[in-house]
Amino acid sequence: MTLNELPVGASAVILRVGGQQSFRRRLLELGLLPGTEVQLLRVAPLGDPLELWARDCNLSIRKQEAELLHIEPRTGARAQ
Amino acid sequence: MTTNARVAESGAAPALPSTTDVQPRAARSNAPKPRAVNASKSTGSKPAVLLCGNPNVGKTTLFNALTGESARVGNYPGITVERRAAQLKLETLEAELVDAPGTYSLSARSPEEQVAIAAALGLGGNPKPDLVVVVLDAGQLTRNLYLALQLAEFRLPLVLVLTMLDEVGDRQPLPERVGALFGVDCVGINPKRGDGVPNLRAAIERALNQRRLSDVPIAYSSQVHALRDRIASKLPDAWRQNVEHDRALSLWALLSISDDDELEVDQSLRAVCLEQRSEAEALGIDLDLEVVGARYQFIERELQGCYETAAAAPAGPGWTERLDRVLLHPVWGLAFFVLVMLCLFQSLFSWADPAIGWIENAVTWAEQGLTAKFPPSLLRDLVVQGIVGGVGNVIVFLPQIVLLFLLVGLLEDSGYMARIAYLMDRVLRGSGLQGKAFVPMLSGLACAVPAILSTRTMERRRDRILTMLVVPLMTCSARLPVYALLIGALFPPSKVFGLVPIQGLLMVAMYLFSTLIALLAAWVLGRTLVRGHRVPLLLELPRYRWPNLRTTLRMITQRTREFMVEAGTVILALTIGMWILLSFPKPEATSDAGSAPTAQLTSSEHAPPPSIEHTYGGRLGRALEPVVRPLGFDWKLAVGVIGAFSAREVFISTLGLVFGLDDTSDEALPLRDRMRAETRPDGSPAYPPLVGLSLMVFFALACQCMSTLGVVYRETRSVRWPLLLFAYMTTLAYAASFIVYQGGRLLGLG
Repeated sequence: MTLNELPVGASAVILRVGGQQSFRRRLLELGLLPGTEVQLLRVAPLGDPLELWARDCNLSIRKQEAELLHIEPRTGARAQ
Repeated sequence: MTTNARVAESGAAPALPSTTDVQPRAARSNAPKPRAVNASKSTGSKPAVLLCGNPNVGKTTLFNALTGESARVGNYPGITVERRAAQLKLETLEAELVDAPGTYSLSARSPEEQVAIAAALGLGGNPKPDLVVVVLDAGQLTRNLYLALQLAEFRLPLVLVLTMLDEVGDRQPLPERVGALFGVDCVGINPKRGDGVPNLRAAIERALNQRRLSDVPIAYSSQVHALRDRIASKLPDAWRQNVEHDRALSLWALLSISDDDELEVDQSLRAVCLEQRSEAEALGIDLDLEVVGARYQFIERELQGCYETAAAAPAGPGWTERLDRVLLHPVWGLAFFVLVMLCLFQSLFSWADPAIGWIENAVTWAEQGLTAKFPPSLLRDLVVQGIVGGVGNVIVFLPQIVLLFLLVGLLEDSGYMARIAYLMDRVLRGSGLQGKAFVPMLSGLACAVPAILSTRTMERRRDRILTMLVVPLMTCSARLPVYALLIGALFPPSKVFGLVPIQGLLMVAMYLFSTLIALLAAWVLGRTLVRGHRVPLLLELPRYRWPNLRTTLRMITQRTREFMVEAGTVILALTIGMWILLSFPKPEATSDAGSAPTAQLTSSEHAPPPSIEHTYGGRLGRALEPVVRPLGFDWKLAVGVIGAFSAREVFISTLGLVFGLDDTSDEALPLRDRMRAETRPDGSPAYPPLVGLSLMVFFALACQCMSTLGVVYRETRSVRWPLLLFAYMTTLAYAASFIVYQGGRLLGLG
């Protein structure tokens, strides 16, 4: 499952980060590493991009790039 | 090479006689041979201190708190990224503090991202910093420490600053423990209230005197080490220092250089990096993940011991999240956005108006005063029409520039600017512009000059240039008097379907037309002349904070001064050039020579018969008549259009001179009637509505604004982009007018 498939409000743990070297490195360097917990906060009013919560930060990426983040949804526990 | 004891001192400790290193150049004593290239800039002069940190951590506020009023704004060498520097006066010494652009990491894929590493290491013409001060947001310490860790890997002398401590509640990190991670001092501050700033100054002073290097005990796998060490020997000489430094730089190159980066690096270095990367791939090593992962592991592990109490997660959503639930809401969020944008637009469009009026009156007053005071002479004309007029052309932008800088500053500081990019990304993405281009595009409806200056909120040079190239297509307020004249003169005041007045409809159509063309132009230019790699959106939405008015005001003064000096000179020179074009050669047979009418609105005395058609500009208009014929323009309009290349509104006064009207200052009415009455030799009206439409399309698209060209030159530091802007817009204007006029005639409208 990838991040774009996560329902709004749900949390997940990152399993794998894909994508081209430079963009992937930027995601990793912002702390989006395998094992990191993310929450999908909301989708922008016009349908894209997404807003995430990870490592005490609000980040925004587009749905297209959210496909690069492979995740395992968390049941029950919400992200901080 | 770990010669330095890892001593952690609390920021409050008094300046101790150093127990570690006392040699003033100890920082470089590790280097096998100190490189003259790097050392020259800091030896003998004041020590250089670099202020680093993630974006939105209050770096600028801290910069101001440390330095007072003396900041100078310039650019980083070789790139148009704003660089602010100021004196830092300490107890016993004076240093130069440089504000580095906010960054999450030293890794880079583009020249603008490369600024961070170049500034930190003193590469590429930057002075080598004697100390790096790293500002850390206490609420996002994990991610913020990533940058500090990278700097510590280079063993740079560091001082850490914990800020935003008031936002973290009970989760207070202990500065001395955070500093101990890298064996350096760490100080907690609140720059808005000034708390801790004296401690920070003391820590900076101590660090400059001791020159103690930072250190970080982080180990990567032996495979990563092997790949890294094979690169070290290929580093350019100017980049090399000591072993630790070279290793860290090799690792930087290994992570930054890729198949598609735009970095300015040595070819042999690039080759060896790509070689090692494919080697890593063959060995099944995920280099980026291993290195970044190891860094985060270190930070996560060590950070646990840095808090006073066990780090408890804050209960419930913070007020940023609560605000975002409204401000990013599908309905309320968009409504609020429209409201903010309306305010911004309204303020530029009408609130700045009185001030613009005063400036214009003052300039006219000065021109008339000088004209009356001195006998007619060439010098007087040059001063009055060239210089005073030119200065007027510069300062007339000040109200809008100051206002827009103020509003943009408030939007940025509050955290809403990032939300604008988030909300508008979907709208602008199709055209290849990024979300932050929305504010410059909207501001372009008032005036392109401040709008181009406001593109500074974008980090990427390519995004900025693309936005700068299309902003001048937006219908700015200088086009309005021209549209008003043409619509009033050449179109009937009838109504479409007996309801909608055709004149109003035309005005709306011109706005829609220009916006559409601007988006289209961005799409085309982004794929041709301003091509760049597609960089996916990765945007931080920072916490909402109260803007710091003092910081914003200081930024406004600095940037406005810079505009006056740098763009102002170009605009002044171009104004004088236009004056020469439109007033020389002087007519031969006029009685009271000297007051040759020009584009300026200063015809005092009783005007002699206008002689504009004898000037270079007039002759050029005549010569160009065959060229503009297919657009439906005669030589009179051509002269008007030439005059309008200095600024669009000049069209009206130039045209007034062409038609021999001596007073065209405020009322365009006589001109309107003259244009209506003008006939061709065959008796038909010279300017049917089709010509009006063609002319309006021309004005919508042509780059008739020297000030825009001047400010694009200033912002890009290159003549290439203003020339390109001028060429593409003028070509576009010609082509579109041609299609409108010829197409209209084919349809039988002419």
